Amino acid sequence: MSDTRSGSPATTGVSRRALLKGTAAAAGVAVGSGAITGFPTIWAQNIKNITLRQIGTGVSNLNAVADKVKADLGFTLQMTALDSDAVTQRAATQPKSYDIADIEYWIAKKIFPAGVIQPMDVGKLKNFDKIVPIFVNGKLTPSSAIAQGTAPHSVGFVEGKDSTKFAKSPTQWMTLIPTIYNADTLGIRPDLVGRPISSWKDLLDPAFKGKASLLNIPSIGIMDAAMVCEAMGAVTYGDKGNMTKEEIDKTLAIMTEAKKAGQFRAFWKSFDESVNLMSSGEVIIQSMWSPAVAAVRAKGIPCVYQPLKEGYRAWGGGLGLAKHLTGLELDAAYEYINWYLSGWVGAYLNRQGYYSAVLDTAKQHMSADEWAFWMEGKPAKTDILNPEGKVMEKAGAVRDGGSFEERMGRVACWNAVMDEDRYMVRKWNEFIAA
Amino acid sequence: MTVTATQATPGHVPSGQTQPGGGAVHARRWRRVAPYLQAAPLAVTLILFLLIPILTILVVSFWDYDSVRVIPDFVLTNYAELLTSPVTWKTYLNTVKFAALTWAITLVIGFAVAYFLAFHIRSTSWQMVLFLVCTIPFWTSNIIRMISWIPFLGRNGLLNSTLIAAGVIDQPLEFLLFSDFSVVLAYVHLNALFMVVPIFNSMMRIDRALVEAARDAGAAGWQVVWNVILPLSKPGIAIGSIFVVTLVMGDFITVRLMSGGQSASIGLMIANEISLLQYPAAAANAVILLAVVLLMVAAMLRVVDIRKEL
Repeated sequence: MSDTRSGSPATTGVSRRALLKGTAAAAGVAVGSGAITGFPTIWAQNIKNITLRQIGTGVSNLNAVADKVKADLGFTLQMTALDSDAVTQRAATQPKSYDIADIEYWIAKKIFPAGVIQPMDVGKLKNFDKIVPIFVNGKLTPSSAIAQGTAPHSVGFVEGKDSTKFAKSPTQWMTLIPTIYNADTLGIRPDLVGRPISSWKDLLDPAFKGKASLLNIPSIGIMDAAMVCEAMGAVTYGDKGNMTKEEIDKTLAIMTEAKKAGQFRAFWKSFDESVNLMSSGEVIIQSMWSPAVAAVRAKGIPCVYQPLKEGYRAWGGGLGLAKHLTGLELDAAYEYINWYLSGWVGAYLNRQGYYSAVLDTAKQHMSADEWAFWMEGKPAKTDILNPEGKVMEKAGAVRDGGSFEERMGRVACWNAVMDEDRYMVRKWNEFIAA
Repeated sequence: MTVTATQATPGHVPSGQTQPGGGAVHARRWRRVAPYLQAAPLAVTLILFLLIPILTILVVSFWDYDSVRVIPDFVLTNYAELLTSPVTWKTYLNTVKFAALTWAITLVIGFAVAYFLAFHIRSTSWQMVLFLVCTIPFWTSNIIRMISWIPFLGRNGLLNSTLIAAGVIDQPLEFLLFSDFSVVLAYVHLNALFMVVPIFNSMMRIDRALVEAARDAGAAGWQVVWNVILPLSKPGIAIGSIFVVTLVMGDFITVRLMSGGQSASIGLMIANEISLLQYPAAAANAVILLAVVLLMVAAMLRVVDIRKEL
């Protein structure tokens, strides 16, 4: 017994070593052959070995886009979807962990000064001149007013290639390539509110006591709160997107009072929470995002993305290139961005109820009926399908809020990060804990 | 057995001492080093995975920060802001309230269940079967167990619709969901087993002869429980209490989901700070929380000496 026992480990030891040697040799051969086959000097083939890692929110980090990139451009796009706090955190603190950051403009205002993103040369962007002017000079039409908050154009350009200082007017160096944006408002259950909703102040109407909700992402929630307080006439703001300490205190005092009176049923943080609150009837009026409204409706439950007389709170996102991108990877990233603006993605996003940055190219990828429904606010002639081919709206339906110009032209404020950000966040957390 | 052992030891020691020359020095040195080497794996593990992280947290808690960066520094603002904010105190009070309620309820449930299993089920196999039944809910993730309360307690949930259909109430009961009630309910549901197991374990070690002796001396049923079983179950109660209290004190997700984001706990406060990149503030908060929980555990250990009783 003892003989066999002492013998057998030795044999395993030898065979294990032999095995390791064999594996190492095989690996060596594999690496060698890989280096040989991966050698071609033609750029188009070389680019296939490139993998670009993109982080962003679930909103626009779509697998369909990654698949289409592989088919159209040949390289691999790896998507990681996170919530907006996590994106900010990752983008600022782990710049090596991504190549492309899909972030909102207010996030860019926070992280660009940290020097983790490199600006893009607009000369290399084919459709730069077709980008919606909101992102260039802040005006949808030459006559429209610039909304409050972190308007995309105000953080859209920097002064030079290596600058982290935002430029006052358009320059050669763009921080983010705008990809997706929308105008947000309150979502309501028309079957349960029992009266027409026309103003932000209706969120705090005592009639909806215990049936209202607000989103608990401080930099966005404070905007909705400000829209409400301004509509009530309780607070006058210099700039809702950059409040003073006093304005923050006043706004949150009103919200805290409402909270203590039991106005709110819950606060939500993620998309699906807002959908569940609304579809279960726990909440009948709340801040909401457009696809969440669509998701509630898809369950057969009536839900309206109610346009309000004070206007919309808008948000916009874009793609930023990580500082460490150089050479071939940088070329691939430009290729990707040019492709992004070339229409296919634009049409995809427009069909979800968002807006794309270059409208002309997106239009070419949409049917006339789709374009009329989503962009011109006209009744649908046929059933409107979502990008996966499911019926989203029946023929005859009209988009809540109407046409692109009616919606984006009535933006009161952009999502923002304030100078008093730290103070605001502390006060917001006090409000949530109150 | 004992005889051979005592013989072997004295026989062995002199033989070691009489070993001549360098061998003896070597052996002595080895004997001095050996205990350290034996303790080394645990020490290294604790230093790497416990001491260093906690020290890091402590160091970071004195750093400064802005909205994106953490700046190495030595400032007391994190602690000052934390300790002077009435919200901190309210949140601590709230968390302690949740912990106390959960502790009291799980203690009653845990003691009752363990007592039933240990003293009323006679066969060992049935004890094991019923004990396993207690653990069945723990086969699913605790998030799922928590979330499943939401459709049950909601305004149009199962409970409210049943009560309305039965004519007990005409308006749905709003306090059932997104309230302190639902938070404590979920805590009790999630943590009751941590009370049952150690108390059951303690009770199984109680000598049944003591119960018989108490009865022979004329004790009534409740007197046996109060004067014999309860004192002898103390170590189990203490261990269970440590589990429940520390779990509730450090929790953030139960509070967030079950209160609908309306109520706060310290864990949630820390989670919020981390998500806003305020690592130093979160670290300061974590240090304070650690101190408070350690004090609570120390207090519990003052009442019951677990080591003596194990």
